[in-house]
Amino acid sequence: MIDIQALFVAVSLMVALGVLLATILAIANKKLHVFEDPRIDVVEGMLPSANCGACGEPGCRAFAEKVVKGGATPGQCTVSSSDGREDIAHFLGVDVGAQEKRVARLACAGGNNVARQRVEYLGLPTCQAAHLVAGGGKGCVWGCLGLGDCERVCDFGAITMNEWGLPVVDEEKCTACNDCVEVCPKDLFSLHPISHKLWVACKNEVFGEDAEIECEVACTACGRCAADAPEGIIEMKNNLAVIDYSKIEKVTDTCIQRCPTGAIVWLGEKGWVKKGVGAKGIIRKTPLPIG
Amino acid sequence: MSLKTFAHGIHPRENKEITALKPIRRFPFPPYFVLLLSQHAGKPAKPIVREGQEVRRGELIAVANGFVSVPIHSPATGVVKKVGTSLDFNGKMAPAIIIIPYPGSLQQVECWQSRDIDHMTPKEIIQGVQDMGMVGLGGAAFPTHVKLTPPKGKTIETLIINGCECEPYLTSDHRVMLEQSDDIMMGIRLLLKGVMAQRAVIAIEANKPDAIELMKKCSEGEKQISVAVFQTKYPQGAEKMLTRALMKKDIPSGGLPADIGCVISNVATVAEIGRLLPRGQGLIERVVTISGRGVQRPGNYFIPIGTPLDFILDQVGLEGRAHQVIFGGPMMGKGVAFLETPITKGISGIVVMADAEHKSRQKIYPCIKCAECVNSCPIHLNPSTLGLLARKDEFDQMAEDFHLFDCFECGCCSYVCPSHIPLVQYFRLAKEAVRKKRSAA
Repeated sequence: MIDIQALFVAVSLMVALGVLLATILAIANKKLHVFEDPRIDVVEGMLPSANCGACGEPGCRAFAEKVVKGGATPGQCTVSSSDGREDIAHFLGVDVGAQEKRVARLACAGGNNVARQRVEYLGLPTCQAAHLVAGGGKGCVWGCLGLGDCERVCDFGAITMNEWGLPVVDEEKCTACNDCVEVCPKDLFSLHPISHKLWVACKNEVFGEDAEIECEVACTACGRCAADAPEGIIEMKNNLAVIDYSKIEKVTDTCIQRCPTGAIVWLGEKGWVKKGVGAKGIIRKTPLPIG
Repeated sequence: MSLKTFAHGIHPRENKEITALKPIRRFPFPPYFVLLLSQHAGKPAKPIVREGQEVRRGELIAVANGFVSVPIHSPATGVVKKVGTSLDFNGKMAPAIIIIPYPGSLQQVECWQSRDIDHMTPKEIIQGVQDMGMVGLGGAAFPTHVKLTPPKGKTIETLIINGCECEPYLTSDHRVMLEQSDDIMMGIRLLLKGVMAQRAVIAIEANKPDAIELMKKCSEGEKQISVAVFQTKYPQGAEKMLTRALMKKDIPSGGLPADIGCVISNVATVAEIGRLLPRGQGLIERVVTISGRGVQRPGNYFIPIGTPLDFILDQVGLEGRAHQVIFGGPMMGKGVAFLETPITKGISGIVVMADAEHKSRQKIYPCIKCAECVNSCPIHLNPSTLGLLARKDEFDQMAEDFHLFDCFECGCCSYVCPSHIPLVQYFRLAKEAVRKKRSAA
């Protein structure tokens, strides 16, 4: 037999308890309310959600918070399209902010058709592993090993290895997220504004013919480019031409013309690379023999 | 009598018969010497010569830069051609001094002073060991005087003289024991006094019966010196394996042999100390085994430090097209990519693999969890799990949960793996990544 009274007591107790707790929650909600700008959610939704860190923040949410607070401009997200950045700026009523597109650039042009590989490397097929075994066995110890760590680490598919084992950066797709810079054991990648057209595609610190023996497109530190460029822009350091990018506005492509190996280049639109007229032509299409 | 040993380990083909019976011979001078300033673990030495300066054989050319550093002496009378950089065996440009020897010179060794060894204090002995530029000649090239200076509050009871030489191919320590037994005894007496130890044990593997017999004969009548015979097994010569087998004690993780009251020194190191310290001479040459089926005249040679590798290979002759050149033994040695690299103090052997010994790139199969690696790891790690983690780039977990840094890269796991997984290379990669991360933090 069901005890009606006991049933009634139990139900009413639970109801009373529920009402009490709901009231406490309602009060706590009012008293302890933390105001969060609803615009953060909207801005986060407009961002590409790549969480790549190129802006310097730990992720898209953190960047959205900073943009809403005014600590950053929408232009600092290099992954968004220009329309996307303008949308965010329009929504928040702020300036887009001038942020020049930056891209990763490789300071090596020694593909296996021009740079000698001294020994055959048989270990794990990654650059970082090869680097630990006698530097990877490339004749030029500064040069690209060509095993494609950068290609694998790129989240945006902006890096592809070409037929001679050199990574090629697609400037359209590159978001300057810094991943390839960090993964390269030879430190060959660096981020540069896309307007920097003058580029030394070499890191070899050997002087003269000794450098050319190992790689046909190495910088031989002849100093011709430094002499032809306006004062103080190109300097020879450790047998390598180093460009001072703070004075880059004055530079034209005249200084690359006499480079004997084509180590210093002028970068054109869409990955087009212009070498000086003095540079020797490279017609070999096949890899150099090992040894 | 059952022989002393440790658990696990492997038995690779020794190939020691190629050079074991060949007496140590002198080596000609090369046209130039390359003396890397960082031949030892620790800070590179500081050069004290300039270009164009004349140096005599045995003269100090670079001084120690701090405590964990040793000086470098000129291997020949000649002229300093360059104080600059040169390739080292890691494929990096490293600071170096290049010396061209005079062809007509008598090449007499300059000694700075001869010492009265009976009246030297322990401190003077240890200082003398640093002054002669002594490093561990077994391979690690750790400055010997640092090893001999125990951390405060620790006393050294046992001095272990490591003559195991468990690496395949290498016979330099074996020959040193046979030919320089008096120097070894003198070195042991000096070191016993230097570290104030109670006893010295010469550790030898059972595959060198002639050396065991000679060392036993030499140590007769010496109360403090004894000989211990170990089972022939790789890696018996590693520090951790030696203490395990001899004293049934383990060196604590991340610790030093001094933590359990012993100092371990290679037999070649002790021989050089016994030979050079009384004379007051610097370390300018060492015994190197040149072996492998790719060499025409294999043997054990006294090679001046700084001799370029291409000159050495020219002298001993190559058999056809050499396939692989290794500094050290085939298990723990380093592959060489550049034949310009010079001999340094830590190189105990040069192994040249011929066509027949060459292995082409092997396909890496997935781990089948057969646990061969677990059964071979002498320090009881789990290489299988470590390898799987390395493949997923979980380097931090490897270091924190699976004792990655206790691995001393003996290569047993890679040797036995039926799937040809390059486990040791994975571990080296992981260690490098973790070290980089820690130094950045």
